[in-house]
Amino acid sequence: MGEDAENPKINHTFLRDYVTEADVISTVEFNQTGDLLATGDKGGRVVIFQRETESKDELEEAGETGDSGEYNVYSTFQSHEPDFDYLKSLEIEEKINKIRWLPQQNAAHFLLSTNDKTIKLWKVSERDKRPEGYNLKDEEGHPKDVSTITSLRVPVLRPTDLMVEVRPRRVFSNGHTYHVNSISVNSDGETYLSADDLRINMWHLDITDRSFNIVDIKPANMEDLTEVITAAEFHPQHCHLFVYSSSKGTLRLCDMRASALCDRHAKLFEEPEDPGNRSFFSEIISSVSDVKFSHSGRYLLTRDYLTAKVWDLHMDKGPVETYQVHEYLRSKLCALYENDCIFDKFECVWNSSDSVIMTGAYNSFFRMFDRETGRGVTLEAWRESSKPRAVLRTRRVYTGGKRRRGDVGVDSLDFTKKILHMAWHPSENIIAIAATNNLYIFQDRVNT
Amino acid sequence: MFTKGTKRKFSDPGEEPASSGDPGPAAPSAAARTLSSSYSLQRQSLLDMSLIKLQLCHMLVEPNLCRSVLIANTVRQIQEEMTQDGTWHIMTQALAAAQCPADRLVATEVLCRQTDAAAQAGQSPKPFSVVGLQEGYHSEEVVMEGDVETEVTMSSLSPLSPQLSSASYLTGPFEVGPCWEEEDEEEDHSESSEPSLMSEHSRHPALEELFSDVDPSYYDLDTVLTGTPKMGPYDLLESLSSHGPTALSSSSSCRSDLNELDHIMEIIVGS
Repeated sequence: MGEDAENPKINHTFLRDYVTEADVISTVEFNQTGDLLATGDKGGRVVIFQRETESKDELEEAGETGDSGEYNVYSTFQSHEPDFDYLKSLEIEEKINKIRWLPQQNAAHFLLSTNDKTIKLWKVSERDKRPEGYNLKDEEGHPKDVSTITSLRVPVLRPTDLMVEVRPRRVFSNGHTYHVNSISVNSDGETYLSADDLRINMWHLDITDRSFNIVDIKPANMEDLTEVITAAEFHPQHCHLFVYSSSKGTLRLCDMRASALCDRHAKLFEEPEDPGNRSFFSEIISSVSDVKFSHSGRYLLTRDYLTAKVWDLHMDKGPVETYQVHEYLRSKLCALYENDCIFDKFECVWNSSDSVIMTGAYNSFFRMFDRETGRGVTLEAWRESSKPRAVLRTRRVYTGGKRRRGDVGVDSLDFTKKILHMAWHPSENIIAIAATNNLYIFQDRVNT
Repeated sequence: MFTKGTKRKFSDPGEEPASSGDPGPAAPSAAARTLSSSYSLQRQSLLDMSLIKLQLCHMLVEPNLCRSVLIANTVRQIQEEMTQDGTWHIMTQALAAAQCPADRLVATEVLCRQTDAAAQAGQSPKPFSVVGLQEGYHSEEVVMEGDVETEVTMSSLSPLSPQLSSASYLTGPFEVGPCWEEEDEEEDHSESSEPSLMSEHSRHPALEELFSDVDPSYYDLDTVLTGTPKMGPYDLLESLSSHGPTALSSSSSCRSDLNELDHIMEIIVGS
């Protein structure tokens, strides 16, 4: 898996020696066809990459199969600006927490982007023609002197250089008191949900001044608060089902047909605690940082601090598969609590056929697990050790036994290099990994 | 492994002699002594670390609610365990009876105390800040400039007067209410938003300063000056000890109180 790597090492900021905080990538998402890849960063910018399509004839001549285009920058725009909450005297960060693409319905592309408080719908459209030959305006757009006009003509469309226009179409504001952590587009194509720490709202894409609250776990007395919502997602096929995860490690599947307010779950997924592993950090490491439905809609993938788990929707007693991402950190939890790394929120993703899952770790490592064999592999997203078109080497963290060359000791791990955000192409084996301010795109050519 | 900037002082609870003036709380301290010292040390440092983390959530940007909730749950868990051990009871006794002459403790106490009579009646709202709590524990100490070695150790505690009913606080829900409490109560805190902004600015960047050589009394002044009854995590321990009668202060510490008061007033007026 992932043997042949095409690595454009796209760094959409010009080369610098230091990392500006604003350039740190905070979300990555492919659209439904995989032709477009969007990234959001802490500075509130969105960068969209487009896959270059070479003609099929050229490909066949070269003996290659399939689309092997690279991703190049397609458009960049400022999605959110820093804001200020005057009532609480607190800043609102412009960091893009999530981007979700809408299914394409016409020539234009639509995406939703959100920061802590406000969700925006953007229309991305191409323009490669422009009208020329206006009667009342000249070529620069300035009004003509009417006395110079002697005849009428019909303006015609002439081809121009491709221009990509991005315009905000909707702004969904004032829906959330707490920080928005997830957005998810419904399969009905008309609605989407947004989740913050305590509430989940459902919006209609066309209506910005109203949203329905479908989950509210805020206690009457805030001092009784012990659990928050960490992620939420709609079912990929059933428009009435959605799931949300909590900081206590539970998953709740909710059915919107049952009632308007889905505080009572249809199903609660929870793994009984292992008494042998109990510590003061048990609850913190059980907090689910990400939840994703499989493409089939049959399974759920969750990520907590040390593991990734696959759950069967039909079984709520516990996960059907558990994968150890970095079990060697279990003895370091106190130090990781001290430096706040224990609160890092890692994302997890499925591949197109739901046979492989992937998630990030520290030291620029990320892990892939083959569900059929149960085996995991560690890979690295680090510019020094990979060149374009080089084969990705597998890495290993030394945890005892025979030490091999290239093994990394647990104490030499760089905890500032975290792979939190990633995406997998919807139909091919192409992955996008965000490593601080760099975006890595890896492609598997051998097994397409 | 332990909190940045804290100095670990070896202390073995098992070595606490029954040198306390009063054989009163003999059973709880015996229970404490049976706990492995390294475990209780670790647990204590975890508690301190957690409380610092909760306190430092008052930044310019709204704190991460998930993180705050998880830390608060951890503190709650430690508290429950310590309650079962009986060490929590000892800790609150230490807090209540502590007459630590350290700058910070006195500053807050002096400024908050209405009258001596009221304080002795147990109406003093905020006798101690928990930053000073760390001095009440001989196990962990925050090293700060002008720090005064705490003279309070568990072994030198005087017994509490009968009206101390910290047990009532122990059994109640842990009121680590929170920094997140303010997020929601927009109406209530509208008038306090300004002073809180002041305090946030003066405390930001707070993390580095906390562990640096900042005059600790200044740090506590912030909480005092804002006047907001922020139910910060330390308030829990304050409320625990608010019953604490301050009747045990000696005359010498009263005098040092006044000196500190002058010093503090200078700072207030100066700022």
